[in-house]
Amino acid sequence: MFDPPMKKSVTVAAPVIRAQGLVKQFGQFCAVDGIDFTIPPGQCFGFLGPNGAGKTTTLKMLMGLADFDAGSLSVLGQDLPDQARAIRACVGLVPQADNLDPDFTVRENLFMYARFFGLKRAAVADRVEALLAFSELTAKADAKVETLSGGMKRRLTIARALINDPEIVILDEPTTGLDPQVRHLIWARLSELRARGVTLVLTTHYMEEAERLCDQLVVMDHGRILDQGSPKDLIQRHVESDVIELRGTVSEGLFTTLRSMSAHTERQGTAVYVYTHAPAPILEFLGDDSELTVIHRRAGLEDVFLRLTGRGLRE
Amino acid sequence: MSGSTTNRIPAKRSQASPSQASRTIWAMPRFRWAALALLERNFLVWKKLIGPAIVLNFGEPLIYLLGLGLGLGHLVGEVGGLPYLVFLASGVVASSAMTTVSFEGMYSVFTRMVPQKTYDAIMATPMDIDDIVLGESIWAALKGLLSAIAILIVAAVLGAVPGGWMAAWALPVVFLMGLAFVGPAIIMSAIAGSYDFFNYYFVLVVTPMFMLSGVFFPLDSMPPALQVGVQFLPLTHAIEIIRPLIVGQPVEHLVLHLAVLLFFALIGYFFAVAMVRRRLWV
Repeated sequence: MFDPPMKKSVTVAAPVIRAQGLVKQFGQFCAVDGIDFTIPPGQCFGFLGPNGAGKTTTLKMLMGLADFDAGSLSVLGQDLPDQARAIRACVGLVPQADNLDPDFTVRENLFMYARFFGLKRAAVADRVEALLAFSELTAKADAKVETLSGGMKRRLTIARALINDPEIVILDEPTTGLDPQVRHLIWARLSELRARGVTLVLTTHYMEEAERLCDQLVVMDHGRILDQGSPKDLIQRHVESDVIELRGTVSEGLFTTLRSMSAHTERQGTAVYVYTHAPAPILEFLGDDSELTVIHRRAGLEDVFLRLTGRGLRE
Repeated sequence: MSGSTTNRIPAKRSQASPSQASRTIWAMPRFRWAALALLERNFLVWKKLIGPAIVLNFGEPLIYLLGLGLGLGHLVGEVGGLPYLVFLASGVVASSAMTTVSFEGMYSVFTRMVPQKTYDAIMATPMDIDDIVLGESIWAALKGLLSAIAILIVAAVLGAVPGGWMAAWALPVVFLMGLAFVGPAIIMSAIAGSYDFFNYYFVLVVTPMFMLSGVFFPLDSMPPALQVGVQFLPLTHAIEIIRPLIVGQPVEHLVLHLAVLLFFALIGYFFAVAMVRRRLWV
């Protein structure tokens, strides 16, 4: 579309981002506590974790927007923090909170952002129109930013992050707070970008988003990486293939029996989750108990997430 | 729930590499052309609101000069050998630039820095805080210059610029003076929790300078101790250059006055960059 022939020469498996022993402290609080990861080119790489896990701080460090206290970090072969400006020239950022310029229209926002990259207006004119089309904002091109809906603002923020034709796009919770229509549109656009060879790095706590988009994931909590791999690998590694969810009053006796029949059973409020590789005998045992609602499903990333990070609330 | 909720502090903090230790808010700011992009942004926004801007720039001084200059001037007669309107106009050129620059450096900069998060967006591009603060400083000084030009035009129409074209030499001085005032204003923005905080600066800094630096009455009409005190205020030095240029008299101690303004401009920029870094850096 606005990226004519694919110009990215992908050298085999040389990571575009490499982090080793990364530490970030805020006073006594350790936000990122010695993490290592490498991100290969052209992939969608996700950071999954509860609020306060250190995801956003990690993304900020990738752009040189947050300093780190120990460790090393390189992006596109250049070291942070010394090469931060050069790195930012090749990276696009979609921040968690929209910070579009309210003094400008939709189209002006894109032109002005190009100027901050040192790009000439004439040089980006075609790209601006293509990005408006890409984010389905052509009809709103001359509208003021404050008149846009939340979904439109988000799409414009994504378009803005692409104005410098970045090799890497970093997205901090790209679809939080959006309706399903917008979310699906954004997923489709992100898949398009990935197909074009752009490396995507995102944080999310929507499991569906992570499962759909990400080739590789790390699960973070308390500033540490708990595990990493593809969504499929993580599911296989950490949870059983099937989950039987029971809603209703589960007696202590029944709970003990279910526990003996399954690999892992846990109670959360009035619900009981039974994890197993062999659901049939358990379902048969439960029969059609009219007191209970029984839901049988395949285990997913959400189960991995809860297994790894626990069910405690995060404020 | 995984084990502990409190994070351990890594024992080996001293391993942090020297390059990271070098990121300090006190690092010397760098001057780069990238700052022009911010100037361009502010100009484009200003252009959209040019009507109200022109009314403010021309309307306010016109009312001031007519009301005080002619009204009060009628009672006062001559001050320092000058008709009061001439004396006042040459002072208001400087004080108006000061007020304009201070408003821009506080209300406008704070708006872009905090509620609008404009700087956050800009910092995700190759622009640095150095560039943002430099761009804002030049922009504010240019707005101060514009207000000074407007007043000079109004004053000239009222016949209060006896210096003629020599008065144009006051304009570069106004620009330098703007740079001297923008640093402290941006520092206020960088430490402000809300707009109300700026009341302190206006009441404690801007208004005293407005009243005491020789805008309305000559310095030698004040008690001697105060005459010494006002020598530490940048507006005093700005008026010492600007007034003679406008009324067509030789400027005394030109280098000293310029040096004071330059000193405030450079120190102000340095601390403004440092304080904005402190606020925005993670």
